[in-house]
Amino acid sequence: MARQRKSVPGVDPKLLLKDAGKLLPEPSRRFFLRGAASLGALAALSGCDIIDSDTSENALRVISTFNDRVQALLFNSHTLAPEYPESMITRPFPFNAYYSEDEAPEVDGEQYQLEIGGKVDNKKPWTLPELYKLPEVSQITRHVCVEGWSAIGSWQGVRLSDFLKMIGADLSAKYVWFQCAEGYSNTIDMPTALHPQTQLTLKYDHQILPRAYGFPIKIRIPTKLGFKNPKYVTAMWVQNNDAGGYWENQGYNWFSGL
Amino acid sequence: MSTIDTAEQAALTLETPRKVVHPVWVRVTHWINALAMLIMIGSGWQIYNASPLFGFTFPRQIALGNWLAGALLWHFAAMWILMINGLVYLVLGFVTGRFRRKLFPIWPSEVLRDLFAALRGKLAHEDLSVYNAVQKLLYVGIMVAGVTIVLSGLSIWKPVQFQWLTSFFGGYNTARYVHFGAMTAIVAFLFVHVTLAVLVPKSLRAMIIGR
Repeated sequence: MARQRKSVPGVDPKLLLKDAGKLLPEPSRRFFLRGAASLGALAALSGCDIIDSDTSENALRVISTFNDRVQALLFNSHTLAPEYPESMITRPFPFNAYYSEDEAPEVDGEQYQLEIGGKVDNKKPWTLPELYKLPEVSQITRHVCVEGWSAIGSWQGVRLSDFLKMIGADLSAKYVWFQCAEGYSNTIDMPTALHPQTQLTLKYDHQILPRAYGFPIKIRIPTKLGFKNPKYVTAMWVQNNDAGGYWENQGYNWFSGL
Repeated sequence: MSTIDTAEQAALTLETPRKVVHPVWVRVTHWINALAMLIMIGSGWQIYNASPLFGFTFPRQIALGNWLAGALLWHFAAMWILMINGLVYLVLGFVTGRFRRKLFPIWPSEVLRDLFAALRGKLAHEDLSVYNAVQKLLYVGIMVAGVTIVLSGLSIWKPVQFQWLTSFFGGYNTARYVHFGAMTAIVAFLFVHVTLAVLVPKSLRAMIIGR
């Protein structure tokens, strides 16, 4: 990607390099339609080999794109994710990533700057002390993982729509793209970015976001599956092209709304 | 539909006295449903394996999609076939009066009588167009399971947009158990259904050629 920077302030470049390798999907995953034995009967029934073929993989991806559009239509800016009392918070809240907890990025908060780019008037990068001064909103919502499990957590930070307005973002742009310290990335639709519960999260349970939960910045989106809630965010771009994302590029549904 | 049925029936009475057991729409929706159900069950097992509700997982060999993303692609593609086909079937079943004619009333005493007769292997099935009470109960039951699996599935898929539905199923976590329970009921039905179809082959023929 053209916009990839040589160095990210506050990010260990060695870690970045190490994690870049993980961006390549495992060979076994590339053929995710293989080994579909329960469809053996189906293939025999229809008389054609519908498994293990590029055609069916492409067809499934076309339907997934259609599902993106259906979900964008189902998405209602005024529908709020249910909020819960403090007593229902899942303790301890699970650490979850495609790497282990001790492999999680260690971002140096002193040097850290949030990079802003794309269709934005004020591209000045933000330091953490500057971000901590912004008005704080809080939510106790359910994090739903694409795997099926869920956990209730407490997040505080800046309402993303307020932040986007403050930096003079073009709100008619289609997407907001997030780059993360470990090489993870995510693109979300503008209506979701402007949803009142979408949060530029700086704290977990009223404490500075710990490393396990995405220090220094997580984007908390209670209307989307967990993997659409990027952690260790280092850059935010407002743009009209879909830059995809770590899991989406491997076949997970792009919109992944709840 | 009714004109086609009448024409078909008229043609049939000329060449064969045997009456049509299953009209075309029943046969078509039945086999589309069978296909969609197999895909939904196979991919659902793979999705279950990513975060099991109980102390077991399904063998990879009988699960569909190879990994979670593949299984989800299958699941959210076949759901359209299952939902649209199911809706067509239910609407036609009600408006043509087929459900009313063939499935109701169901009397508990008849269910018990037919159940014992079936277990003794003495249940009559000369006339495939008339369902015994056990059949009626099972067919109504599988429709309830089908509606439950679709609605609980929607409540897990959209616990924010359809949060009223998720609440109806007792919240997100409980809805996952309801979804699993409905799958179990459908798979159990499938075993009985296929076994009986094999024991009474003319019933399988009726579902293919109609009579």
